[in-house]
Amino acid sequence: MDLASFLQILDSTIRLATPLLFACLAGLYSERAGVFDIGLEGKMLVAAFAAAAASYATGSVWVGVLAGIGASCLFAAIHGLASITFRGNQLISGVAVNFLASGLTVVLGASWFQLGGQTPALVDGMRFAEIIFPFAAPPSETGDLGLVGGIYSHVLSGHSILVYVALACVPLTWWVLYRTRFGLRLRAVGENPAAVDTAGVSVAGLRYAAVGITGVLCGLAGAYMSMGLSAGFLREMTAGRGYIALAALIFAKWRPWYALMACLLFGLLDAIAIRFQNIDIGVLVIPVQFTQALPYILTVIILAGFVGKAIPPRAGGEAYVKER
Amino acid sequence: MDKLPRWADVVLVPLICLIIAFAFCGILIAAIGQSPLQAIWIMIDGSFGSTNGLGYTLYYATNFIFTGLAVSIAFQASLFNIGGEGQATLGGLGVALSCLLIPWPHWSLALLGSLAAGAAFGAAWGLLPAWLQAKRGSHIVITTMMFNFIAYALMNYVLVNLLRPMGSMDPASARFDKAYNLPKLGDILGLVGIPFSSKNPANITFLIAIALAVGVWALLWHTRLGYALRAFGKQEKAALYAGIDPVKITIYALLLSGGISGLMAVNAVQGAAHRLVLNSVEGAGFIGIAVPLMGRNHPFGIVLASILFGFLYEGGSQLAMGTTIPREVITVLQALVILFTGALPYMVQKPLEHLFAKRGGAK
Repeated sequence: MDLASFLQILDSTIRLATPLLFACLAGLYSERAGVFDIGLEGKMLVAAFAAAAASYATGSVWVGVLAGIGASCLFAAIHGLASITFRGNQLISGVAVNFLASGLTVVLGASWFQLGGQTPALVDGMRFAEIIFPFAAPPSETGDLGLVGGIYSHVLSGHSILVYVALACVPLTWWVLYRTRFGLRLRAVGENPAAVDTAGVSVAGLRYAAVGITGVLCGLAGAYMSMGLSAGFLREMTAGRGYIALAALIFAKWRPWYALMACLLFGLLDAIAIRFQNIDIGVLVIPVQFTQALPYILTVIILAGFVGKAIPPRAGGEAYVKER
Repeated sequence: MDKLPRWADVVLVPLICLIIAFAFCGILIAAIGQSPLQAIWIMIDGSFGSTNGLGYTLYYATNFIFTGLAVSIAFQASLFNIGGEGQATLGGLGVALSCLLIPWPHWSLALLGSLAAGAAFGAAWGLLPAWLQAKRGSHIVITTMMFNFIAYALMNYVLVNLLRPMGSMDPASARFDKAYNLPKLGDILGLVGIPFSSKNPANITFLIAIALAVGVWALLWHTRLGYALRAFGKQEKAALYAGIDPVKITIYALLLSGGISGLMAVNAVQGAAHRLVLNSVEGAGFIGIAVPLMGRNHPFGIVLASILFGFLYEGGSQLAMGTTIPREVITVLQALVILFTGALPYMVQKPLEHLFAKRGGAK
């Protein structure tokens, strides 16, 4: 493999890891606060649709971002209502959110745009522009830049703003979680909500805040899918990325820096599966389907506790009932 | 506070949830500029108006009875198996291998072989998540979900690389021997003099599904194992104290659940498609989550709920053919049913409880 294709794979790793990273951090806030969320997929999907539709209608990518965040937050609110206020089953609510997004995006898309569920292609201004770093060669230039120059120009530079926002969210999440009062309370409410309640802090309030942050981050993930990664919305375009993000979250054992690593790893696997079909490593051929299934297999292995045990937040999945 | 009378809990709560879900969808259809009343008429006429439409409805219902019973039996043990999709996919592989590799002398023997192979493959796909839950404490929801994706990748590999006939581009197996085609429901009903169309995929598996529902009912409420399953689901600690082994129960529950999911493939793969295709389950595994919620987790309710979802499924296809309303309206309806019956039961139940408490007080 030559340097150019090596750099190309790293470049698409970062692109493909970005929606995973947003969704993974989204799940991190929610689950650290004790609300399981298997509806990441649905929130991403509805956000991708709302973002592309609004961006196409107004011609502004930023209106699109806001619409994506709005739609995702609406779905997060449904999940919050079901799992916090009405103390319903959080897993079932997540399943419902996923179905709702999958049906609603096609029904609305097909009747608004008459294209069988997809939005028209987005042109310049309706999608994110690429940011070129100072001194970096433009993406069109393929001349030899050496390893360092190549990484700087072709891997780090030339992404849309949301890629850098996603990367910045990692230290930000770490700081919020471990260095602020809100973060301490958030973690506490996921481990022992009764203690938080005794201290006079609202359990429901904290959990709604966490679910709200989840909504915003899933909105960004979806907006990047339809306005950064591709140019427009396609039906079912998230294609299981919400579940991969969930897998990454478990893989990272609910910690922000590890979440970055897990998302980059799963992004790399995705990039490899797209670039090469079957990989011949001499002794045997690794089929592309194995590469595609690897994130799930790795997650099951981690869950099984053979390579370090993944222990979820203790109060996860349970609604808090105040003692009477 | 007074609990609801049983009839209200069993009939009224699902009915109100259904009405709310239908109302939301009606608003959605009106919002995209179509007539909700016309839509519901097309759905009813399409799926119940002719014996052919009814046949399609019952064909889909058969799939949902299997996947619904599968989710339900694990639910009784408080295990949420959302891996029905993957287990039914593997069941399809079992059915296909049985039909392709073994030279059966008669369709009835082929059917028995398919039932055994489908159940065995489905159960095997449920075994590892069950073992991981019981022994290693890995959350069953997450593992079964991961196994759905692994099953899809595995099926993709098997169909593209192993089962695809030479020269075919389609990721699908060869067609099964015509002699293995199952008797159509129309032909069976014709024997007893009931005119019923045979142009639809409804087949003898529907009767097997009904029998299985009775079997599951008997198992749950009239056997030792069924009691153990329900006791474990209601109160794990009490069950433990009563000498019920949690590891065994978890594994039995998932073996039964996965096996029943796998049986779905007999209907879809041997009964209808006559070959194994990539997406043979077509989401029935996920509808299996909605079915027991709607059917109050009882086999009889599950059969009724399956027919309801069969109607929605077939009605959705009729909508897509007869109007410009996409069939995904049904996905929305399904999502709302899951949301209101599964995730927001208190929203409907609490006001009802108030209502009944008031009426009780007035007497």
